[in-house]
Amino acid sequence: MVLVLALGDLHVPHRAPDLPAKFKSMLVPGKIQHIICTGNLCIKEVHDYLKTLCPDLHITRGEYDEETRYPETKTLTIGQFKLGLCHGHQVIPWGDLDSLAMLQRQLDVDILVTGHTHQFTAYKHEGGVVINPGSATGAYSSITYDVNPSFVLMDIDGLRVVVYVYELIDGEVKVDKIDFKKTTTNTHSAH
Amino acid sequence: MIPDGIEDDDKWLAEGIAAIRLQAFYLHRALDANNLREALKYSAQMLSELRTSKLSPHKYYELYMRAFDELKSLEMFFKDESRHGVSIVDLYELVQHAGNILPRLYLLCTVGSVYINSKEVPAKDVLKDLVEMCRGVQHPIRGLFLRSYLSQVSRDKLTDIGSHYEGGDDNVMDAVDFVLQNFTEMNKLWVRMQHQGPHQMKEKLEKERNELRDLVGKNLHVLSQIEGVDLEMYKDTVLPRVLEQVVDCKDDLAQYYLMECIIQVFPDDYHLQTLETLLNACPQLQPTVDTKTVLSQLMGRLSNYAASNVDVLPEFLQVEAFTKLSSAIGRVIEAQADMSIVGALTLYVSLLTFTLRVHPDRLDYVDQVLGACVKKLSGKPKLQDNRATKQVVALLSAPLEKYNDTVTALTLSNYPRVMDYLDNGTNKVMAMVIIESIMKNNSCISTADKVEVLFELIKGLIKDLDGTSVDELDKEDFEDEQNAVARLIHMLYNDDPEEMLKMIRTLRKHIMSGGPRRLRFTIPPLVFSALRLVRQLQGQGGDVAGEEVPTTPKKIFQLLNQTIEALSYVPSPELALRLYLQCAEAANDCDLEPIAYEFFTEAFVLYEEEIADSKAQVTALHLIIGTLQRMHVFGVENRDTLTHKATGYSAKLLKKPDQCRAVYACSHLFWVDDQDGIRDGERVLLCLKRALRIANAAQQMASVARGSSGPVTLFVEILNKSVQLSLHLIEVTLIRYLYFFEKGNINIVNAAIQGLVELITNELQSDSTTPTSDPFFSSTLRYIQFQKQKGGVLGEKFASIKV
Repeated sequence: MVLVLALGDLHVPHRAPDLPAKFKSMLVPGKIQHIICTGNLCIKEVHDYLKTLCPDLHITRGEYDEETRYPETKTLTIGQFKLGLCHGHQVIPWGDLDSLAMLQRQLDVDILVTGHTHQFTAYKHEGGVVINPGSATGAYSSITYDVNPSFVLMDIDGLRVVVYVYELIDGEVKVDKIDFKKTTTNTHSAH
Repeated sequence: MIPDGIEDDDKWLAEGIAAIRLQAFYLHRALDANNLREALKYSAQMLSELRTSKLSPHKYYELYMRAFDELKSLEMFFKDESRHGVSIVDLYELVQHAGNILPRLYLLCTVGSVYINSKEVPAKDVLKDLVEMCRGVQHPIRGLFLRSYLSQVSRDKLTDIGSHYEGGDDNVMDAVDFVLQNFTEMNKLWVRMQHQGPHQMKEKLEKERNELRDLVGKNLHVLSQIEGVDLEMYKDTVLPRVLEQVVDCKDDLAQYYLMECIIQVFPDDYHLQTLETLLNACPQLQPTVDTKTVLSQLMGRLSNYAASNVDVLPEFLQVEAFTKLSSAIGRVIEAQADMSIVGALTLYVSLLTFTLRVHPDRLDYVDQVLGACVKKLSGKPKLQDNRATKQVVALLSAPLEKYNDTVTALTLSNYPRVMDYLDNGTNKVMAMVIIESIMKNNSCISTADKVEVLFELIKGLIKDLDGTSVDELDKEDFEDEQNAVARLIHMLYNDDPEEMLKMIRTLRKHIMSGGPRRLRFTIPPLVFSALRLVRQLQGQGGDVAGEEVPTTPKKIFQLLNQTIEALSYVPSPELALRLYLQCAEAANDCDLEPIAYEFFTEAFVLYEEEIADSKAQVTALHLIIGTLQRMHVFGVENRDTLTHKATGYSAKLLKKPDQCRAVYACSHLFWVDDQDGIRDGERVLLCLKRALRIANAAQQMASVARGSSGPVTLFVEILNKSVQLSLHLIEVTLIRYLYFFEKGNINIVNAAIQGLVELITNELQSDSTTPTSDPFFSSTLRYIQFQKQKGGVLGEKFASIKV
């Protein structure tokens, strides 16, 4: 069992002062094995904070990140799953599921995590999952109105992944759960 | 000289102890034999050793303790009349025959204590007699110890209320009188001690004298222990007489110690009720007395008292404690003209702590204290002294810690004036403390006036102050400070749009003065704050035609345009472009076509003129295309102009792969999936064909490179990559074809897709450098297969494609 924290679009301090205190108290060091962050942190302080939660940190570059070392896309394998990471402003139309599915095929991953829209979504799509963890600070977005702060925890266990989404609604944290099973271990072999 | 002196001291002490031991031996023998005459003789001889003038106070104390222990056995002997057969009255007379005054008075005190015990005479008469007779010894050290002995033996006999000695004519007053008199005499002896000995050893003497202070102070402790000393008696008798002695002795060591002692030993509520008397004594003390520490201690005690129990707070109000303390501090500072700034500031910090504890609701008091500081500091340059700076920081931090709503501090008119006395560095530190406090307490700043005051207060962070040069600044510190300001901007909020716009205007005025180095930090939060307001107005229905509304999105957009423009001085074109695009989309949502077009124009100008880096161009172009794709406000003409431009930029990117991707992204500008969406299938196809042409060109370039490279294996890896990449571009274009094919674009025909599939398959088979299994292509083929199997309308469309 591996816990993966997925989050992004914090936009600190451009659009929000900090992560919500309620989230900060939930996110404690030592519980999470990997962090994947879609980007737009935007300052080093946020990077350093995430690093304190878990040293295994994977970040792609959002359009407001000044750090040039973050890549545009990244793939990593956790257990039986191949994960793809991308901020998402490169995928036009923004937030379009078909376009994201194309990226998923292009990166050849089981789980694609993207951001940019500030809207939490999780779709099962052609034997894979496309997840957007939303904005962890509930930052202003030109795409989504009334953004609630949210992040995602993925519990990866064998061929199964349980996606928990934490959303802060009117000061209360609401948790939702999506279950996903990979049908075969080797869907990516050539014909 | 000095080492000799110490040696002598030890020698004399050893001699004294030996003599006492010898006499004590005979004394005990006499006591065992119940021989009164011998006992008196040897005890007098033993006590004669205390007549020495050779010992330092410290050594004398050791000697005294030896004798003191022996006197206990003597007292036991005196108590038991059956052992010596003399009545206590006669014994009291008898001991007065001792030849020398010091032994005589020690013996008299010893018998006196037994005499009181016997209750044959009123205690007060004996005590009065003893305290008077002790005047006979005027040598300071000998007198102090003798009286200390008297105090010791009489302690449990004091005529206290409730004690069994009370009765008849005795009352508490007599006990108090006795202690006060003994105290007065002891203090006089103690003060006089400084005149003993050679002048050049004054420092050492003062140190020795200080060692004896507790002998004097003990009397005050005794007074505080007498139960009968109630508030009234303390107020009417004890405090006035103690203070009289304190003031009259005119000795700074004694005055400082005794004031401290008074504050320590008597109860809090006594101090509160006699505050005026106590405070009035302060200016009468010697100018060299450290009055500020005394006052600080008093205020510290009262603050703790107030904090310990809310029920006592009305008492503080009743006696007007703040006013009294405040004016006493004023008088002391005025009287001691040479008091250091630090000293005065320390006093104000204590007074402020007191005020915040006792009168948390009285902001005017807090402001008054700060005002007094300003007065003290006025006319002086900025503080250079570290300790003074520390006190000012303490002074300014205290209200922030006390009030959960940091904004409260902003209403104190003297707050910024005190802050002005800090040096630039500390001023910034203080500004950071203020921001941290606001963030920690989650305080909302809700009016334009408060914004004005707050930003005036933290101006050290907002702009360059005089005398700060740029290179002095540490880059990391500077960034931390500016990020803190950026965070703070999110705490400015009012849900009334009119006030909010006022606040934004005030904020803008301040941050615009920050200069190019700060703008890239402060402009984005300002822009997003304004965009949030736009969205709020949009929710309320936006502009009402013909009506004069003070706060409209239009006005805000105007402000935004001017604000983002300032980034050109930084310069920060990439950031500006992103912000313009955000504004364009907000204008789109407000149905303001000309404004949205204007923002796009600004973004395009920046793209053309300022963004030169090819990687930055790619990202900027994606953002332009992504935003433009979402715009629905544009009419055909404006839309054509902008999409034409964007497509043009795409084809002009430096690298072929980037060109290809941008061009196929542009295809989405002509195909928008919403109700009244644009579906220009022909132009979509044009884009895709163009993308394909670019991909082909990339492929050919790769082939040419491969042909010329020949056997040079060094290039093989690079070649593989570029061949793979161009193939990959054809593949991504293929899936774009599939995308629009699925969406029902009639211009995308099966034949085109079929052609692409075959092209890629051939390429994969013929090319030995390319791995035959291409996972991406496989996944695409699998997708086509999947659609075919799904059946339905879409399945039929896919049916004719052979894979």
